[in-house]
Amino acid sequence: MSAVATTPSAEALLDAPAARIGPRSLVRHTLTITRRNLLQIRNNPQLLVFIAIQPILFVLLFVFVFGGAISGSSRDYVQFVIPGIIVQTVVFGTVMTGIGLSEDLAKGIIDRFRSLPIARSAVLTGRILADSARTAAAVLITTAVGMLLGFRLGGGPVAALAAFALAVGFGTAFAWIAATIGLTVRNPETAQSAGFLWMFPLTFASAAFAPAASMPGWLQPIVEANPITIVTEALRALTTGGPAIGPVLQSIAWIAGLTLVFAPLAIRQYRRLA
Amino acid sequence: MPIAIEAEGLTRRFGATQALDGLNLEVERGTVLGLLGPNGAGKTTAVRILATLLRADAGRARVAGFDITRQPYQVRRRIGLTGQYAAVDENLSGTENLYMIGRLLDLPRPEAQQRAADLLARFDLADAGGRAAKTYSGGMRRRLDLAASLVGRPPVLFLDEPTTGLDPRSRNGLWAVIRELVAEGTTLLLTTQYLEEADQLASRIAVIDHGRVIADGTADQLKARVGGQILEIRPANPNDLDRTGAILAELTGAGCPTNHDTRLAAVPLTDPAWLAVAVRRLDEAGIALADLALRRPSLDEVFLSLTGQPAEPVSEPPSAPEVERSVA
Repeated sequence: MSAVATTPSAEALLDAPAARIGPRSLVRHTLTITRRNLLQIRNNPQLLVFIAIQPILFVLLFVFVFGGAISGSSRDYVQFVIPGIIVQTVVFGTVMTGIGLSEDLAKGIIDRFRSLPIARSAVLTGRILADSARTAAAVLITTAVGMLLGFRLGGGPVAALAAFALAVGFGTAFAWIAATIGLTVRNPETAQSAGFLWMFPLTFASAAFAPAASMPGWLQPIVEANPITIVTEALRALTTGGPAIGPVLQSIAWIAGLTLVFAPLAIRQYRRLA
Repeated sequence: MPIAIEAEGLTRRFGATQALDGLNLEVERGTVLGLLGPNGAGKTTAVRILATLLRADAGRARVAGFDITRQPYQVRRRIGLTGQYAAVDENLSGTENLYMIGRLLDLPRPEAQQRAADLLARFDLADAGGRAAKTYSGGMRRRLDLAASLVGRPPVLFLDEPTTGLDPRSRNGLWAVIRELVAEGTTLLLTTQYLEEADQLASRIAVIDHGRVIADGTADQLKARVGGQILEIRPANPNDLDRTGAILAELTGAGCPTNHDTRLAAVPLTDPAWLAVAVRRLDEAGIALADLALRRPSLDEVFLSLTGQPAEPVSEPPSAPEVERSVA
């Protein structure tokens, strides 16, 4: 790729009144923003906490503190709870997507991006891509800590890869929700509280940490319909080797549905900044 | 001279606030226009519309020859924007910030690196280039922000209150850099609340209030409308303040506001010979003086003279600056 080809001269642009951003530029701009968001992690302890420390703490807390009470022994509980903690970690981590976007808004960084000749979608997709990579790292860390405590990938490598893809995909779908919130409230503190507020009931009124059968009857239908439960069950099936088709398909439907609703909403909120 | 920035009848409303109310501007290529006005006058809204960040409700504008509404991409190729807040990524180093902008402007990797290094050296940030921007001082951040807006060598530059909140030394440093850019032929639209800043940097000044230009000219022309210099007198005895004001008003034929908190009477001095006359008449009236000073007019006095109203932000709807900020 020569310099001439990648830096159109002013004259060439003057001759092209309908100049648009080509697909190659779009990919490059998106990856540049992705890289920027990943580089941030190094200097932002809050992000590191979400990626590494929080999942480790949750694994230790649930396995050793609650495990005996819920499953009789912490060893049995590990296999049950790791998929739940993975889903919870993935969902909680997306709050950072909303906080990050609202911070960029508040600090004028979005203005800078919007004053550049780049596709406006690159800012949003670059953010989501970086956050998906962060989510993937958190999933791997949680799995590794779980395996140290006795968690096993009983469904084989293909099922394990499918579980990984499902977890990251679910996180990406939730990142669009967080992005919509962050672009709507436009204030990092509000994005943090608005992001977490609904996540606590959502993740704890699920079968992520305890079986639905152990809960009161009125709560069970809610728990069973909760997408957190559905994705957790899919991960459990894939990591124990149980029948997985049903929960996997339901999970894919949730991921697709959430993305189809919230990606356009987030993009609309971004465009409304003008 | 070709026109680099022209705006015609720009309007923009935020809820109940008319931020822009038929703004007209014209900036010749290679010159500096200072857009001077109080908080909430519409300066930031004007810059954001011209930089394609915000849509106008009505009106037309062309920047670097392109229509801001129909050809925003071409406009963005040719502008640099530095806002009131240093829009740099605090978690990236100076080098990483500039490299990122270079890549977003489609510079090949080695060129983007080179451009980052050149700009850091130029803005006296070479030693800090590897450090996260959050460790920078306020002045360093502003310089990095300005450097970021220059990566693409834009022929048109918008600077929105570039020195607000900076200490005098950093401000002078930034002024020096801005003068260099202008000497290289950059067209500059600079907003500021400070007459002195407009005076120092701008070849022409447009005074903006309530979303429209209320006066336009060189700094000298504007000051001449205020009366060139301001004579400030503080009588030794505060009880003499009203009499002092009356004597000065009679002499100059203009109003002479007195301030009982500062115990100052201030009057525009259109004719330098009045100074001696004023001192003599006060002496004849038996008024002893504690303080006497001649100074250049402040923005408030330019406003007082142009609008008949002080330029206090309180005369604005209190939400006006907030509205501008909430969309920032």
